Amino acid sequence: MANVPSDLKYAQSHEWVRVAGDTGTIGISDHAQHELTDVVFVELPEVGRKVKAGESCAVVESVKTASDIYSPVSGEVIETNKAVVDNPALVNTEPYSSGWFFKVRLSNPSEINSLLSPDAYAKQISGG
Amino acid sequence: MKRTPLFAVHQKLGGKLIEFGGWEMPVQYTSITDEHLAVRSAAGMFDISHMGEIAVKGQAALAFLNHTLTNDAWKLEIGTGQYTLLCNETGGVIDDLYLYRLAEADYLLIVNASRIETDFAWLVKQRSAFPDKSGFELQNKSDDMAAIALQGPSAALFIHHLFSGHSQAGTAVTAATDLRKNQIARWPFQFEGREVPVWLARTGYTGEDGFEIVCPAAGVEAIWNKLLDVGRPHGLKPAGLGARDTLRTEVCYPLYGHELDEHTTPLEAGLGFFVSLDKGDFIGRKVLAEQKANGTPKKLVAFKMSGKSAPPRPDYPILSAASAARPIGKVTSGTQSPSLATGIGLGYVSIDFAKPGTPIQIEIRGKSAPAVVVQKPIYRKPA
Repeated sequence: MANVPSDLKYAQSHEWVRVAGDTGTIGISDHAQHELTDVVFVELPEVGRKVKAGESCAVVESVKTASDIYSPVSGEVIETNKAVVDNPALVNTEPYSSGWFFKVRLSNPSEINSLLSPDAYAKQISGG
Repeated sequence: MKRTPLFAVHQKLGGKLIEFGGWEMPVQYTSITDEHLAVRSAAGMFDISHMGEIAVKGQAALAFLNHTLTNDAWKLEIGTGQYTLLCNETGGVIDDLYLYRLAEADYLLIVNASRIETDFAWLVKQRSAFPDKSGFELQNKSDDMAAIALQGPSAALFIHHLFSGHSQAGTAVTAATDLRKNQIARWPFQFEGREVPVWLARTGYTGEDGFEIVCPAAGVEAIWNKLLDVGRPHGLKPAGLGARDTLRTEVCYPLYGHELDEHTTPLEAGLGFFVSLDKGDFIGRKVLAEQKANGTPKKLVAFKMSGKSAPPRPDYPILSAASAARPIGKVTSGTQSPSLATGIGLGYVSIDFAKPGTPIQIEIRGKSAPAVVVQKPIYRKPA
């Protein structure tokens, strides 16, 4: 069973966001990394870019395919994870910690409420 | 979607299923990288039952095959096979395939899954125009036959557990491991009190030593399970189409629909070795002879990414080197190479850019990444 931490919010497209104050940290779920397998390349947005919720702003590549990553929230990109660019396998091994992608200063914090709860996301990926 | 006789086995093994050429097939069981490296260092086994089998039998079979295929089938001894191409009148590739001579006037074509119906319809049409059309029969046996590719340096260590002693037909050998590259022979395989005839060929699509096993659909599950049993102690893993694709890309074997189609000739694809212009006339010969004499405007090349970059993918534009970047071609196959840990690919470029060592660029999501044309194969087994 895929790990779905209870302190995060999720997008249907398998990104997670961890909110602390006005900052959201974004990555992809354990289920997503398991489906992708063997992440070999990660492309992240520029710091300073303004992203809208649902906008494609990063790419994760496995051996077989390239997949778009969508920001679950709107705001300005304030930091990206250089470690995951240097070592893309972190997405597979630590999707919820050192495998994070980027941080956003939230421009519309109420968007969080429309994301999936851990229970709802767990249900989605179990096909329920 | 169609399923092979091994479908339930793939499900049980946890294979991740995808659509491929109208078939529901495992793309991987654990990970493409794991399975790929298992084939390079030990062994992997692939279900290739989706591929087609067409039998051509009779005293005129050989003449017909030489008329429809590009390679020289006159050269085939009983119990041997050759890579060859089925071309249209303009030299375009209808399919690339393996032709085996099983007995005196008994030939078997192993064709691509997505091309079975097209190939068979083409052959039937050519037969109707062939002078000695009653001198041979054509039979599409794809639904009754199954196949497994067993590939990797360890394959020869355990194959005797399934196929022991003298071969019964094809090349006469006293052990399966005595088969040389491109030879094929038949052994009986016993399971559940039954016996089925199984053809074993020393061929493959990975650049490694190995075997391809062609058998009646009814026996394939027993063969798969037994192979996995005796092979596991030697590092054998089931492998999916994902690893099959990365393995063949590293050694630059073409995949129909990517490097080959009806508008591309074998010479453009760098497959001139498999086109015999001196064997007599055959379909497509005129155009191919002309291309051989005058060259082709585009050519299939292999390339490697020069620095850290996203892997190249099919359809990405190929550009000339940075100073005067302009489009010169298109990627047909591209992936991260599990053996080399870098992006690699195949693609067509204008002939001026086809020499190994030529710097090129691959356009990846609007940005150019440097790459270089390399000698084929991209991956060579360490000596």
